Amino acid sequence: MDEPQIYARLAQIFEDVFDEDAMNITPELSAKDVDGWDSLTHIRLILAIEKAFKIKFSTSEIGKLQNVGDLVTLIQARA
Amino acid sequence: MNRLFSELQWLPRAPEAFSLALKTVANSAGPLGRELQALALHGLDLNQLTKLAKVIAMARSDGKSLDPLVPFRLAVLSNSTIDLTVPALVASAARHGIALEVVQPPYDQVAQEALTPGSMVNASMPDAVLFALDYRALPLKLSLGNAEAASATVQGAIGYLQALRNGIKSNSRAVCIFQSFAPPVEPLFGSLDRALPGTLRSIVDAINRELAAMVFGSGDVLLDVASLAEIVGLADWHDTQLWNLGKFSFSDELIPLYSDHVARTVAALRGKSRKALILDLDNTVWGGVIGDDGMEGIQIAQGDARGEAYRAVQRMALDLRQRGIVLAVSSKNTDEVAREPFEKHPEMLLKLDHIAVFQANWNDKATNIQAIAEELCLGLDAMVFLDDSPVERGLVRRLLPQVAVPELPEEPAWYARTLAAAGYFEAVTFANEDLQRAGFYLDNARRANLQKQAGGVDAYLASLDMTITFQPFDATGRARIVQLINKSNQYNLTTRRYTDPEVTAVGNNPEVFTLQVRLADIFGDNGMISVVICRPGEPGVWEIDTWLMSCRVLGRKVEHMVLREVLEHARHAGIHKLSGTYIPTDRNKLVIDHYPRLGFTKVVEEESGLTRWELPVEGAEPEGAPMKIVSKGFRTPKEMLTA
Repeated sequence: MDEPQIYARLAQIFEDVFDEDAMNITPELSAKDVDGWDSLTHIRLILAIEKAFKIKFSTSEIGKLQNVGDLVTLIQARA
Repeated sequence: MNRLFSELQWLPRAPEAFSLALKTVANSAGPLGRELQALALHGLDLNQLTKLAKVIAMARSDGKSLDPLVPFRLAVLSNSTIDLTVPALVASAARHGIALEVVQPPYDQVAQEALTPGSMVNASMPDAVLFALDYRALPLKLSLGNAEAASATVQGAIGYLQALRNGIKSNSRAVCIFQSFAPPVEPLFGSLDRALPGTLRSIVDAINRELAAMVFGSGDVLLDVASLAEIVGLADWHDTQLWNLGKFSFSDELIPLYSDHVARTVAALRGKSRKALILDLDNTVWGGVIGDDGMEGIQIAQGDARGEAYRAVQRMALDLRQRGIVLAVSSKNTDEVAREPFEKHPEMLLKLDHIAVFQANWNDKATNIQAIAEELCLGLDAMVFLDDSPVERGLVRRLLPQVAVPELPEEPAWYARTLAAAGYFEAVTFANEDLQRAGFYLDNARRANLQKQAGGVDAYLASLDMTITFQPFDATGRARIVQLINKSNQYNLTTRRYTDPEVTAVGNNPEVFTLQVRLADIFGDNGMISVVICRPGEPGVWEIDTWLMSCRVLGRKVEHMVLREVLEHARHAGIHKLSGTYIPTDRNKLVIDHYPRLGFTKVVEEESGLTRWELPVEGAEPEGAPMKIVSKGFRTPKEMLTA
């Protein structure tokens, strides 16, 4: 999967989890930028992303994520 | 992960436009209950369940009605994170006709909430408290090989649960729902873990057994999570990484399944478990089509690979029947052809005796199922319909949304398992009485509930908010009139059958007084529930040729209201006496005292048991029931005068 495709898919997932219509998913996006992105929503996101891309993140990988860019890097490495 | 369970494959897949459909419901004025339930009746994933729950929450805060969903307040106490599960519980409850309100105290406050009199949970006066505990919540200590110490550990755990229960019971009348415990996946020895006292496995086994015994027959309920985990597989149930990440008791992939099971339990507590199983025949209880393949061609033989799958369906149906579930058949076949295997095929497990209502004809199945429900005096929401044909399933789902219609996979070997997985006949000890009464006079548990609350029959009837509608026979009602006339057996005074043209003729005959009666109440519209035909007899006398009623509305004084309407019209027509006859059959014992109850006097009794009754119109004042009356479509009283 190339980057634009990953971002497009991520946008869908974010919109689904946050129940928003059109979210702008940039590499710098992180929890502090989005209302309602608490630890529980974070887990929901991770679970949804794992399912959508058919991959599994390790606990330490999840712990190191700072922003969406990190996430995309991980997805590219796995998917 | 077994997808039958994780994806709830007995439910149809959510439509592509699910989100859009949900938004449309959210924006409508309500009551929203029916649409929400319809949307919930799909195999929804966690995201979809969460969205549905959000719509329900918004509807509540906007003050929109969730009718006809039945309200239920459930407090959930857990040692784990349940935030992802709570919305799934609400959405899954809607699937089962329940408007669930969840009381969720702060994380891991189980004992505090249960034992403190003014706690959030106790103060909320919940209908039930779910102890969503996993084995980590219990004070467990390994004592390998030490049976005494192991027993003490087990008693300690049970004692803890008892204390929680006592805490709740001393503060409210909530039903306590206890979960059995899914043991961890990692054995210490291997096979020895089960037998050796003091291993985690044998301790958890013992706790589950004692818990089941403690709860059984007490009025509280066991939610058998241990079995559920076993069914999907302990290794799929437990997600250790997820526990580490956020203290989730079990895999997020099983939240929809778990939530559906909690919802079933709540629905069962509200008497919503299904009571009847309607079976299609061809390719559902035997392989092949009896009309085409004949007795030698259908597959139900033991040892036949295909046949065994269908035998399993028959066996399950028989087992269900033994526990009080009523069996019926709805098949597109000629009656004799459909009956033949039941009567003559040596490999059939089901016999005609097992089938309470046998409908084999060329009508559409929705009509048949309605007739079956009528015959059984059960609501459509008590029916489950099993059919291999996606077309038939779709039709029944569309026309009779209250009937449960499980999706079936392509492979018949999984039919029985899919039906079982759907859990339509879930039971709790609370509903034992209803299960035993799976006969013809089943009463809706909701109405029984209402009766207990209302105190006294009249108050109960008033609380039903009934509207009774009287009309003469007309073209719109004719099909249903014909159906009632031909299908009613129990509340039927004379069991006279009329064909469609005969009913038309009766309706057009100015000398005959006809009545079609509809009843609606707070639970919904019961549709047409009574039919009366009065013919002119001697001068000034009306002979009641036909009086029948749906047993669904027994005990509501409908027959009294019908009599009042008949008297009203009789008066205007210058009639001075009503004459009624009871013709006994082996199905209508129920109405042997219909006329005396309405104040008629017996004038004749024959050896056959036939009785004739009379009521003078002048001065007759039958007691009524608190109902709104709508009387329409009649010609003016002057025109009604007969010669």
